[in-house]
Amino acid sequence: MIKGRIYKFGANVDTDAIIPARYLNVSEPAELAKHCMEDIDEEFANRIKAGDIIMATSNFGCGSSREHAPLCIKAAGVSCVIAATFARIFFRNSINIGLPLLECPEAVEGSCEGDELRVELETGVIENVSRDKKFQARPYPEFMGNIINSGGLIEYTRKKLVSG
Amino acid sequence: MTLAESILAGHSSREHVSPGEFLNVKVDMVLANDITGPIAIREFNKIGVNRVFDPIKVVMVPDHFTPNKDIASAEQAKTVRDFCRAQGCHYFEVGKVGIEHVLLHEEGLVLPGDVIIGADSHTCTYGALGAFATGMGSTDIASAMATGEIWMKVPHTIRFNYTGKPDQWVTGKDYILYAIGDIGVDGALYSAMEFGGEAVDSLTLEGRFTMANMAIEAGAKAGLFYCDEKTTKYVESRARKEYKIHKPDQNAKYARIIDYNVSQLEPQVAYPHLPSNTRPVSGASGVKIDQSVIGSCTNGRIEDLRLAARVLEGKKVKDDVRCIILPGSQAVYLDAIEEGLIEIFIRSGCAVSTPTCGPCLGGHMGILAAGEKAIATTNRNFVGRMGSPRSEVYLSNPAVAAASAVAGCIVSPDSL
Ligand code: SF4
Repeated sequence: MIKGRIYKFGANVDTDAIIPARYLNVSEPAELAKHCMEDIDEEFANRIKAGDIIMATSNFGCGSSREHAPLCIKAAGVSCVIAATFARIFFRNSINIGLPLLECPEAVEGSCEGDELRVELETGVIENVSRDKKFQARPYPEFMGNIINSGGLIEYTRKKLVSG
Repeated sequence: MTLAESILAGHSSREHVSPGEFLNVKVDMVLANDITGPIAIREFNKIGVNRVFDPIKVVMVPDHFTPNKDIASAEQAKTVRDFCRAQGCHYFEVGKVGIEHVLLHEEGLVLPGDVIIGADSHTCTYGALGAFATGMGSTDIASAMATGEIWMKVPHTIRFNYTGKPDQWVTGKDYILYAIGDIGVDGALYSAMEFGGEAVDSLTLEGRFTMANMAIEAGAKAGLFYCDEKTTKYVESRARKEYKIHKPDQNAKYARIIDYNVSQLEPQVAYPHLPSNTRPVSGASGVKIDQSVIGSCTNGRIEDLRLAARVLEGKKVKDDVRCIILPGSQAVYLDAIEEGLIEIFIRSGCAVSTPTCGPCLGGHMGILAAGEKAIATTNRNFVGRMGSPRSEVYLSNPAVAAASAVAGCIVSPDSL
């Protein structure tokens, strides 16, 4: 069970906004996390508390394929990202590295910055405690569920190779 | 089946595939660069295999922060170089390297009908050859380096037909910017874009690379063209292996069909901070600029430099403007020297750089200060993309970028 406060963003938050390319001369998640969201919210990395949740409208994570984007969000302490829609590569990357994502336009519509959420990843149930409302996120396709349950793509690949 | 479906079926031993299906797809080339390579290598090492599945199908291109701009980026390039040496994968050293998406097709490493995955979102560029090429993250690349396969969801396809005859300053860049302006930055989310029609048929391969390159800017998984005579001629002397030509079926099912007539189209300019904020150049006129950047994997090929030189010949870059030209590869650079283009650039007051991504992603070689504006032939104008989060980037074709460097503000080449 995840519990945290919402940081809300708009549409088309791109990977340059999540982690500007000028910091990509390193790849250590903790180093990257210091600059998470810097160009659209300078204070984000300082304000965020472990467990907090990023919420955004459509096409979150568009742009570059840089895995540094979900890595730095995760390392900043964000517990999950809830959006109306995600950009394709960002979605894959997050699943692969184990940053939980939930697609739920209704929850985005019905929640505001600072609201407190309770999220059950297994069922996709999102509860807005501040507003006493419940939402149901779209389920993952079974194929992706297998990757998530294996603990990410690397573990999944390892198991597959071992089992031949 | 559409072109995308046909290629994916062929790579997953299937007669037929439909949109939405999950497949394990065999890959013909796996790519990473100096930013995404180090993470891919780190993850690869966790899998527990010693060797990549096939070293001649793995390529790493140090193009983003090279020639190394600082110690940290030198360490990243070294990680990638050491790995490629140990594994025997393709690696292009500074002096031979170009921007990955200008280099790989030049080198014949990517071919029609191939499935190519790269830890770089503009991997979609190779769709111009009639290949299925798509960007992914480093972890996907690590897994594919170990197994030679990757999971994919078959995308549905949106078909774009371009008809009509364009004006002399209208290029493939304008076709694709117009489409992105029309459908939006998520207009093709999770889809393949298939391009056709007489206006696209008459484009050179260079024009098609430019268009396929920006498919990701509409959220697409891939952007594909047919392999025609121009394509086979292009790959003929370069191909390092056999290839197979795929064609869409007559009765292929498209999620949407969109028609554009380019006869009345003006060169397009995308305003900050999204590639979809497009306007015709006549509506953008007068925006004062501090810098013009001509290059990148979108427009760093020889045809692009020829177009810029045609505009710049005998003219001077405005005194308070910096015009930076970045040939996309050493071969492009050499052609530009032999054709006299570099002399034209230098005489008109441009700086010419060795091939690198450089300012395209705010790396080096032309970073913007707060409050500055640049016109660029690159593909993204997000906040902070070329430097300060308070700078601005406008996207255009090379002719408009060159003309604007001379005028000091955004103009059409016609108005010089
Ligand atoms: S030129 Fe720009 S868009 Fe192309 S690969 Fe380099 S950084 Fe990416």
